[in-house]
Amino acid sequence: MAITEQEKAVLKAVGSNDKNAIESVYKENYGLIQYFVINNNGTEDDARDIFQEAMMVFYQKAKSPDFELTCQIKTYLYSVARRLWLKKLQYSRRIETQVENFGNIVPVEEDLEDHEKLTKQYMVMRTAMGKIGEPCKSLIEAFYVHHKNMQEIASFFGYTNADNAKNQKYKCLVRLKKLFFAQYKNS
Amino acid sequence: MDQLQLAESVEKYLKGEMSESEKLAFEELRKSEPELDQMVVEYHYFLEQIDGYGTVRRFKSNLYDTHQTLQEDGQIKEIKIKTTAKIINLWSRYRRVVAVAASIAGITALFISGMITIFTPKAPFGDIEELRRKVSTLEKQSTTQRVEFNKFKKKIEPGVSVKFGGTSFLIDAKGYLVTSAHVVKGAKKIYVQNQHGEDFLAEILHVDPVTDIAIIKINDEDFKAPKQLPYGFSKTTTDLSEPLYTLGYPKDEIVYNEGYLSAKTGMNGDTIACQLAISANPGNSGGPVLNKYGEVIGILNARQASANGVVFATKSKNIYRLLESLKESKEGHTIKLRNNSSIKGVSRSQQVKKVQDHVYMVKVVLG
Repeated sequence: MAITEQEKAVLKAVGSNDKNAIESVYKENYGLIQYFVINNNGTEDDARDIFQEAMMVFYQKAKSPDFELTCQIKTYLYSVARRLWLKKLQYSRRIETQVENFGNIVPVEEDLEDHEKLTKQYMVMRTAMGKIGEPCKSLIEAFYVHHKNMQEIASFFGYTNADNAKNQKYKCLVRLKKLFFAQYKNS
Repeated sequence: MDQLQLAESVEKYLKGEMSESEKLAFEELRKSEPELDQMVVEYHYFLEQIDGYGTVRRFKSNLYDTHQTLQEDGQIKEIKIKTTAKIINLWSRYRRVVAVAASIAGITALFISGMITIFTPKAPFGDIEELRRKVSTLEKQSTTQRVEFNKFKKKIEPGVSVKFGGTSFLIDAKGYLVTSAHVVKGAKKIYVQNQHGEDFLAEILHVDPVTDIAIIKINDEDFKAPKQLPYGFSKTTTDLSEPLYTLGYPKDEIVYNEGYLSAKTGMNGDTIACQLAISANPGNSGGPVLNKYGEVIGILNARQASANGVVFATKSKNIYRLLESLKESKEGHTIKLRNNSSIKGVSRSQQVKKVQDHVYMVKVVLG
C-alpha cells in the first residue's frame, strides 16, 4: 500500500515531539493495541506500557532523517507492539508464546534492537541522575530536559542571580559526569 | 582553569556558542594539551547522552499527558474482551463437572468445619492476655516518669492522649517496622519512640489479625535510616529449650528479658505461634524474640493469664509469608528481610547493645 503524504507529515510531526500529532496517532492506534494485549493475557496497564513503548520506538525512528516508512503507521505500531508483547510474555513465561493476531505485521526486529540500545543508554543516564541528589537533579533537568534558561532557573531555585545558578549548574554537571562515566563502565 | 570553568568552556565550544576568536584560541589549546582534547571528547559524548535523556523524558511526559487527556475525554476506554478466550472455552466445556466437584467440595468442607466446631474444646479466650500496655495507668503511677514522658512527647500534640503502648522493631532499615496487630488496633495515629526518647510519626501499612502481625512505616523527616540491621530473620523453627531473649518497652525504658523455647506451638496447638518461658509484661507485645545467634525467631504477643511465665510469640516465618503476599498488593514498598545476622559470634550483651537501637516503643493514639 502506498504511503500517503498525510502519513509522512504525521511521521515528521511525531519525530519533532508535536503534541497534536502524538494525540492523533494515540487516538487512532491505542484501541487496536489495547485490544491485542488484553486479548492475549494482558491487563489494562500492560496495554498502556506496551503502547507507549511502541510509540517510543516509533518516535526514535521518526526522529532520524534517514528512516523511511515502508508501511502504514498503524501497521508499524502494531508490529512493534506485538513483538514487544511477545517478548514480555516469553520473559515472564506466563503462557506458551502464541498470540492471536488482529492485523498485518511487518518485520521490526532491527528497529527494536536499536531501541534496546537507546534504552540501555537512557538507563545509564537515569541511574546517574538518580545518584546526584537534589537540588542537582532538578537543576540539571530544568536546564537539559525542560530547556529553561538560567534566569528562570535562578528565580525558581532561589539563587540571587543567573550567574550563581550557572555556577551551581556546572558544579552539578561535573558531578553528574563523574557518576555517569562510573555507571557507564559498570554497565 | 579550574574544573567548573573548564566545563563551561567545553560546553560553550561544543554548542558553538564561542566567538570566532575564542574558538580559535580554544582549538589552539586543545591541540597543545592532549588532556583537554580527551576532556572535549568525553564531554561531547556526555552531553549527547544528556540530550538523549532529555529527549526521551520529554517524549515520555508527552505520551503520559496525552494518555491522561484522552482518557479524561473518554476517547480511549477500557475494553472488555470480546472474543472467547481459551479459558472461557474450557469453562463452557467443563462447567457441569466443575459444578459437581465444587458442590462436593463445599459439602465436605461444611461437614468438616461442623465436626471441628463440635469437637474442639472451647478456647479459653479470657485466659489469654494480650500484652499491650495501658499507658494512662502507668502515667498515674509515677510522676517522675510522667515528666520524662512529657519531655519526649513534644512531637505529639498536647491534648492528645496516648492510650496504648507496645513494642516494635525494624525489619527493613528503610523504616519498616513490625509489631503485633493488637497493639495498633483502632489506632488513629501512631508514633514510635526510640530508646533516646525521640518520637517519629508512623503509618500502618498492613494488619494481619490472624497471625497478629502489623507492618508499619516511619513517615518522618527526622528519621535517620540505619545502614543495616544487625539481626537476621529465621525461617525455620527453633528447637525446644533453645535459649531466647527479648527486648521491649513494658515501661518507658527498654527492658531485657531472657528465657527458652518451651513448646513449638502456641495456645491449644496453634501452629502460627510458639510458646516461651520468659517473663513478659504488658508493653512487651510486638517485641522481637531472638535466639543466641541474634536471629529473630518471633514476635512476642501474648501470655497466658492463668499460668505464670507462659508467653506466646508469632513465629518469624509468618513475617516472610506476610511480606510475600504484600508484594503483590502494595507496590512501591519493597521490604527485604535479612537472612543471616551479623552479630552471630558476639556475646549476649554486645548483641543487645546492637539490637536495642532498632527496637521502638509504639504509642497509639486512638481515634
